[in-house]
Amino acid sequence: MKRKFSHVLKWLAIISLAFFVLPSSGDQTKVKAFSNQVIQQGSVGDDVIELQSRLQYLGFYNGKIDGVFGWGTYWALRNFQYEFGLPIDGLAGTLTKAKLVKASKYNKGFVKEQIKKGKKFTHYGGVPVEKQAKNTNQTNKNIATPKPKPAAAQKPTAANVPSGYSANDIQLMANAVYGESRGEPYTGQVAVAAVILNRVQSASFPDTVSGVIFEPRAFTAVADGQIWLTPNESAKKAVLDAINGWDPTGNAIYYFNPDTATSGWIWGRPQIKRIGKHIFCK
Amino acid sequence: MIRGILIGVLSLGVAGTAIWGYQEHREKNAVLINAENNYQRAFHDLTFQVDLLNDKIGTTLAMNSKKSLSPALADVWRITSQAHSDVGQLPLTLLPFNKTEEFLAQIGDFSYRTAVRDLEKEPLSDKEYKHLQTLYKQSAEIQKELREVQHLVIKNNLRWMDVELALSTNEPGDNTVIDGFKTVEKTVSEYDEVNFGPAFANMQEKDENFENLNGPTISKKEAIKIAQKYSGLKADDEVRVVENGKGSNYGFYSVSILDKESRTEANMDITKKGGYPIWYLLSRDIKNQKISLNEASKKAIGFLSDNGFKDLDLFESSQYDHIGVFTFVSKLDDVRIYPDSIKVKVALDNGNIIGIAANDYLRSNRTREIPEPKITEEEARTKISPNLTVQQHGLAVVLNDLNEEVLCHEFLGTMNDDTYRIYINAESGFEEKVDKLHNAEPIYEDVL
Repeated sequence: MKRKFSHVLKWLAIISLAFFVLPSSGDQTKVKAFSNQVIQQGSVGDDVIELQSRLQYLGFYNGKIDGVFGWGTYWALRNFQYEFGLPIDGLAGTLTKAKLVKASKYNKGFVKEQIKKGKKFTHYGGVPVEKQAKNTNQTNKNIATPKPKPAAAQKPTAANVPSGYSANDIQLMANAVYGESRGEPYTGQVAVAAVILNRVQSASFPDTVSGVIFEPRAFTAVADGQIWLTPNESAKKAVLDAINGWDPTGNAIYYFNPDTATSGWIWGRPQIKRIGKHIFCK
Repeated sequence: MIRGILIGVLSLGVAGTAIWGYQEHREKNAVLINAENNYQRAFHDLTFQVDLLNDKIGTTLAMNSKKSLSPALADVWRITSQAHSDVGQLPLTLLPFNKTEEFLAQIGDFSYRTAVRDLEKEPLSDKEYKHLQTLYKQSAEIQKELREVQHLVIKNNLRWMDVELALSTNEPGDNTVIDGFKTVEKTVSEYDEVNFGPAFANMQEKDENFENLNGPTISKKEAIKIAQKYSGLKADDEVRVVENGKGSNYGFYSVSILDKESRTEANMDITKKGGYPIWYLLSRDIKNQKISLNEASKKAIGFLSDNGFKDLDLFESSQYDHIGVFTFVSKLDDVRIYPDSIKVKVALDNGNIIGIAANDYLRSNRTREIPEPKITEEEARTKISPNLTVQQHGLAVVLNDLNEEVLCHEFLGTMNDDTYRIYINAESGFEEKVDKLHNAEPIYEDVL
C-alpha cells in the first residue's frame, strides 16, 4: 500500500515537472522577444500584443489585449517606465523593452491562441493560465500541445479608426463612394468622400454621414440602388484619407458628371476643378 | 377587313399594356428603393446618434465647471430626442422595442432636467453623478450592440423591406436584423431604473483663402517641378497640369504625374502664390510592412523640414494596415499651436511619403505672439473635475467654440478606462473644451 502511494507520488512529481518545464523551456528557446522596432502610440501588430501582454503580466495594463497601441496601453507603459526608473516618454524603445522582458513573462502560444479563437482572456502574472481564459477545457489542451508552426496570418481583433467615426460609418461611406465613383481614379474617389464630409460640415446639409448619403435625390447611386454593391479596398482607403483630412476638391459640396448631368441648375454652380469624369463645384 | 382591324387593335392593346406594365414596374421599384433608403438613413442615423450620445455623456462626466456642463447636458438631450425620432421611423412597430425607447427617454428627461437647472446654485448631487455614470455604461452597451447589428446589415446587404416582410408574416425568426434588435432590447431590459471627435482641424470654420501665404507667383513649369520633388517621379512620365476653375476663391495648379511602369500616380494641388502644397497623394499598392511607425514618423519629420515646414511637433500617429498617418502641429516656445495642423501619410514598406494634407496649416499658420499665461498650472488644475487623474500637462493654442484662438492649459487625464483632454483658458480659467479620446474599435466578426 505504501509503495503504491509513493509510486503515485513519483508520477505526480514527474507530471507536474513536465508541466512546469515545458512552457518555460519554450520561453528560453525564444531568445529575442520583441522585434527591433521602437513601438509608439498608434502602432498595431504582434509587438503591440506582446507589449500589452507583458504590461498586463505586471499588472500595469488592465484593458483588452487587442494589438492596437491606444491610450490605455500608453498610460500603462508610462506607469511602468515611472515605476522602473526609466525616462517616461511612452515609447517602447530598446531600454524599456529590455527591462520589460526581464521583469515579465510572455506566454506567446496562449495569447495567440486566445486571440485566434476570439475569446475573452487576460494575461496576469501569478494567475494560473486556466483561470485567464473563459473556456478552461480548450486552454488546457493548447498548453499541453504547443503548436510547432507560428500562427498563420491572423486577423486583428481591433483597428485604429479616425476619431469621430466608427468603422461602420467608414464602411457606409465606402459603399457610397464605390457606388458613385468606381470607375474613377483614386483621387476622384477621395474627392467624392471629401464632398460627403464637406456636406456634413455645411449648414445647408444634414449633420450626419448617413443623413447626407441618404438624403433624397442627393446621390444617384443611392437612388438606383448601386450603393449596395460591395465596395473594394480602394474605396475604403479613399474614405480613410478623406476623413484624415485630404480634400482634393478645394471645399466642394457638389459634383456632377458633365456627360450625364440632366439638371441645368448644376451647371450654374461655381466650378472649382475637374477630377476624372466629375466636375466639382460650390 | 374587320379581322385585320381587330388584330391591329388587340395587338396595340397588348403592346400598350406591356408598356404600361413596365412603367408601373419601374415606378414601383423606384418607390421601393426610396422607402428602403429612408429606413436605411433612419437606422444609420440612429447608430450614429447613439455613438454620439455615449461620447457626450462620457464628456459630461469629466466636466467640472457649471458653465460648460449645462450646454453639454442640453446637447445630450438634443441627441436623445434625435435618436428617439430615428427609432420611430424604423419599421419595428411589430417588434417589442419599447425598452430602448424608454431608455432614451430616460436619458432625455434626466439631461433636460439638469440642463435647465441653475447648476451654480444647485450643482449635481453625488447621486445624480452616479446616475450619469450608469447611463454612460449602459449607453456604451447599447452602442456596442447597435454597432454589431449595423456591421451585419452592411456586410450582408440586409434590406429593411425584408425585415418588414418578415415581421408581418411572422416567420420563424431567421432575420439577422430582428435578432440583432432583440438582443439590443434584451440588453436594455436588463437595466433597472436608473461631437465631436475630428479634433480641431476639421471643426474649424474654414477660411476660404490662404491669406497668410507669401512668395512669388509660380508658373506651371515650377508647379511640375514641385510635384516631381514631392513624388520622386521622373520628368518623362505622363504629366498634366490644370489651373483651378473659376469657382475657386484662391489660385492653384492641379498636377498629376503618372508613372506607367510602376502604375504609380501622384496628384497634387499647389497654390499659385508661393507654390505651397495644399494636398498631395500618391496611390500605389503597399503590400507589406518593413519599417516601424516610429521610424516612419522620423521620415515624415525629415521630409517636412526638407520642404520648409519647421518647428513641428508630432501630435498623433496611427497605423492603418501598412500605412502610417501622422498629425503634426506647430510648436512655439513649448506651446502647441493646434490650428496649425499638417497630416502626413507614410508607406511602411519603403518609408516614402505618400500623402500630405496641409490646407489647415496653410490657412492658419502665421507669425504669432503668444501671451504669457495669467493663470498658473496649479490654479488651472483646481478647475478640473476632481474625478479625473491628471497625467500630463502642457500649454496649447486651440480654437474654442466661438472659433477664436485661445491660449489654454492642456491637461491629459484619465478616468476609469477613458482618457480625456481638458483645456482651461490660461487667461480666464474658463473650461474651454473637454474631449473624450477614442480607443481602438473592436472589429465585429460575425457576432450574434
